[in-house]
Amino acid sequence: MDQMHTINEVKQATEFVTRIISAYSARPESLISILQDIQTQYRYLPEDILRQVATELGLPLIQVYGVATFFRAFSLTPRGKHSISVCLGTACHVRGGRSVMEEMERQLGIKNGETTPDMLFTLESVNCLGACALGPVVVIDGSYHGKVSSGKIKKLLAEYSKETSRSKK
Amino acid sequence: MVTISIDGIRTVVPEGTTVLEAARDLGIAIPSLCHNPGLSPYGACRVCIVEVKKGERSTIEASCTLPASDGLVVITNSERVRKNRKVLIELLVSSCPTSKTLQDLAANYGVNRIRFAIKDKNCILCGLCVRYCKEQMQSGGIGFVGRGTSRKVATAFGVTPQECRNCGGCEWICPVCERACTAANLTNGLCGGCQNLMHVETCELCVHCSESVNARGHRVY
Amino acid sequence: MTKSLRSPIQLKNLREQLIRNSQSGKSTISVCGGTGCQGCGCESVYTKFVSEIDRQGIADKVELKLTGCHGLCECGTLVTIHPQKIFYIRVNPQDVPEILTETILKDVVIDRLLYPDPISGQTVLHEYDVPFYKKQRRLIFGSNGLLDPTSIEDYIAIGGYCALSKALSEMKPEQIIEEVKESGLRGRGGGGFPTGKKWESCRNAPTSNGTRYVICNADEGDPGAYMDRSLLEGNPHSVLEGMIIGAYAIGSGSGYVYVRHEYPLAVKNLDIALTQAREYGLLGNNILGSGFDFDVMIARGGGAFVCGESTALMASLEGKIGEPRQKHIHTVIKGLYNKPSNLNNVETWANVPLIINKGAGWYADIGTAGSKGTKIFSLVGKIKNTGLVEVPMGITLREIIYDIGGGMLNGKKFKAVQTGGPSGGCIPESLIDLPVDFDELTRVGSMMGSGGMIVMDESTCMVDMAKYFVDFLIEESCGKCLPCREGLDRMKDILAGITQGNGTDGDIELLQELGEVIHDTSLCALGETAANPVLSTIQYFRDEYEQHIRNRHCPAGVCKALITYTIDPETCTGCGVCVKNCPEKSVSGEKKKPHVINQDTCIKCGLCRENCKFDAVIVV
Repeated sequence: MDQMHTINEVKQATEFVTRIISAYSARPESLISILQDIQTQYRYLPEDILRQVATELGLPLIQVYGVATFFRAFSLTPRGKHSISVCLGTACHVRGGRSVMEEMERQLGIKNGETTPDMLFTLESVNCLGACALGPVVVIDGSYHGKVSSGKIKKLLAEYSKETSRSKK
Repeated sequence: MVTISIDGIRTVVPEGTTVLEAARDLGIAIPSLCHNPGLSPYGACRVCIVEVKKGERSTIEASCTLPASDGLVVITNSERVRKNRKVLIELLVSSCPTSKTLQDLAANYGVNRIRFAIKDKNCILCGLCVRYCKEQMQSGGIGFVGRGTSRKVATAFGVTPQECRNCGGCEWICPVCERACTAANLTNGLCGGCQNLMHVETCELCVHCSESVNARGHRVY
Repeated sequence: MTKSLRSPIQLKNLREQLIRNSQSGKSTISVCGGTGCQGCGCESVYTKFVSEIDRQGIADKVELKLTGCHGLCECGTLVTIHPQKIFYIRVNPQDVPEILTETILKDVVIDRLLYPDPISGQTVLHEYDVPFYKKQRRLIFGSNGLLDPTSIEDYIAIGGYCALSKALSEMKPEQIIEEVKESGLRGRGGGGFPTGKKWESCRNAPTSNGTRYVICNADEGDPGAYMDRSLLEGNPHSVLEGMIIGAYAIGSGSGYVYVRHEYPLAVKNLDIALTQAREYGLLGNNILGSGFDFDVMIARGGGAFVCGESTALMASLEGKIGEPRQKHIHTVIKGLYNKPSNLNNVETWANVPLIINKGAGWYADIGTAGSKGTKIFSLVGKIKNTGLVEVPMGITLREIIYDIGGGMLNGKKFKAVQTGGPSGGCIPESLIDLPVDFDELTRVGSMMGSGGMIVMDESTCMVDMAKYFVDFLIEESCGKCLPCREGLDRMKDILAGITQGNGTDGDIELLQELGEVIHDTSLCALGETAANPVLSTIQYFRDEYEQHIRNRHCPAGVCKALITYTIDPETCTGCGVCVKNCPEKSVSGEKKKPHVINQDTCIKCGLCRENCKFDAVIVV
């Protein structure tokens, strides 16, 4: 669903990227900001778009690709509808963040960094979300869930899958 | 011009000279891997470390990126340098035991055991190929991808880049794939082969010729 | 009508007018909107207040504010009623109508929402009487609860931009630098470099076209620390004011704030603050009629811990991979775009207005000989009162952990406190009376870092902790230099071996040797300090390593390969909760009879133990 198929979609994407790049005056030093805006729009960085960015900024493709693979904010593969971040910062770690992650992996049937085949959830670990007082912390689509224990995860996930199945109907 | 002291020898060099260059001009051997005179300094392999005296204290610096500055006092072959370098070489060999360049380095600097797990990664990320491609060929087809232990040299999206001119420079400059060590023993990591100079006795009057850097008789200032 | 302020007098007049307007006899309800309270559902509390004030038709009697973090995140959502300063904790949306009808309209205090003192059992009415706040000195952080971070007027009303006005109209740049030097302010980002000295070097650095940059490091990557986030989210103008003063002192015309992309609210509030400051003529050309021009841009970080390092941060600002370079030529001489660049951390910048307002002498009276002022710590982990605390330098760990933090969670025994993030170390119980400042923490093998304080109890395994930090750094480092990349990787192998019961004699010594090499030979500060967590845990908890290696035993019961879960037949009631929760169907037993765990299929996930209401599942 997230991959671009029609000619129209491709054309729209090309125009969108050109707009973003000109908003930053096509300065190569704005590369990271440009990629961030694209990531926000598509939830990942499609290959065609990265090629376009490289051409329009006059940068070697490898430099754009290197930046895109260096920073955690970027993803080169399509991501699920809901993004789940499990914090594995120190404060969450000492309060059992790792078992929360393991339970997430079991419940979703995917590993850290992967997306469910139905493209509903992407599971990721974060090395500190800055909500340390409430560890272990899980952030789903930007909303914070504090003091999560592995026992609570089934219920937490159910809310999001229910919501999705309802909106499908 | 700036005046520095390397192993007790005072030398005057133009500003902007690195300590590695200044030392090599004096005939003092400092081993290096990621350094190449035709490419920009990079400072990643740390094999060219030296000890810099700062009053009572001293620090360890990579000489390839250390600019000579007035009054700098450098020791190239102190106990501390040798100790650190041996572990660095151990790490290198454990990453790429089949590189003859690395096996020779190990033999030359008295590394006689590898205490780490052998990884055989076939690349030490010295970045020579990346810099060669970018700086000498003005191509920039290859680069570093990922970070931390997942960092590797690659092309974008794993396909041959448009910029590539098939010059072969990346392969030519690579210290790992240039010469393979066929004798490398993957259980303990070391080949102990052709250049093993550990037991060679040298004269008492050694003046820093490159072959005898760590052999007995070398004077430490 | 233009809002732009053209002189210090106009700023003063505006402030007086704002104060007059606010003295209208209305009560103010401050709802904490910090990240901690967000995790507790403060947004629904706030929207309930909005709808309920509207429903009861009392908008003329009460003013509602969503403020920044108040610090006591453990008790969120926090609500404070002004002017009485009534402090309510753990407020839920269903408490909202009652707060309005009782406290606001009838001035009746709701006892169940007050903080119960754990020792006396009595409830505490005011925030400042809560033991958590009593020993704090909230110079930087105190204003958070008083203002709406999206309102520059709120900030101006409490004296904001006074210091800027004073600096621009009464002080020469050199005088400001002298003042900051005399105050003894040291960088709050971790290194503790004297701020005034840094400014001076940057001011004196040659630049061909007069360009110099000031940068605010808000790439708070230390796991377990979130004070920079709370400052930027809760009081962005204080950081901005510090930056403008710094830029004037250094002679810089443009600045950057490099914020983590994981902090969207900080980016948003800062963006609002910048727009407002420009509207009021506090940024841009001819600030307050002084002739000084300065503006600030926001750069969102890409998510890499290594970008907290100054040269990596600047590379990233230039749109490149966040890879550090050798710092033989310091960034104050050649930094961003090869121009002199002065980088300070969020909290450091926030200290500057205070120093200018109150004077270096006043500031230098707080703290210890080598470390002046206050420091914000994030007190987290296995402790009762988790949250952000601001204390004068020199306070002891014991005071922070027991007096402010309220002691250990669930009556467990204190084991260690980790400070300084992945560059720091674990401090054992024997050093609990250590005064906390830059030099003392370094002396015991840890460091100040950005101020994370993670408290650990007997159920934390120190070998596992060391492995955790090594794993963290492997993921978050750039991978450029050999000792940091391969050295840490081998450390991980060795530590993994120990935690899996495959440790051998000599492992500890090899870790130490490798640690020293990583420290001596790494390229940047991240690598240089990367081995600290391993070295400090070996220094203070060597016996725990030896237990793992020699006896194949994990005293804390953490390392999976070395433990087994069993059910105590005496305490098991046979309720079957464990059976329901076991993902591997490894628990069996008849109803109402003691259950057993099949050790062959048990994956040691711990779900049975977590869900057992009778503590019948034990770890051996």
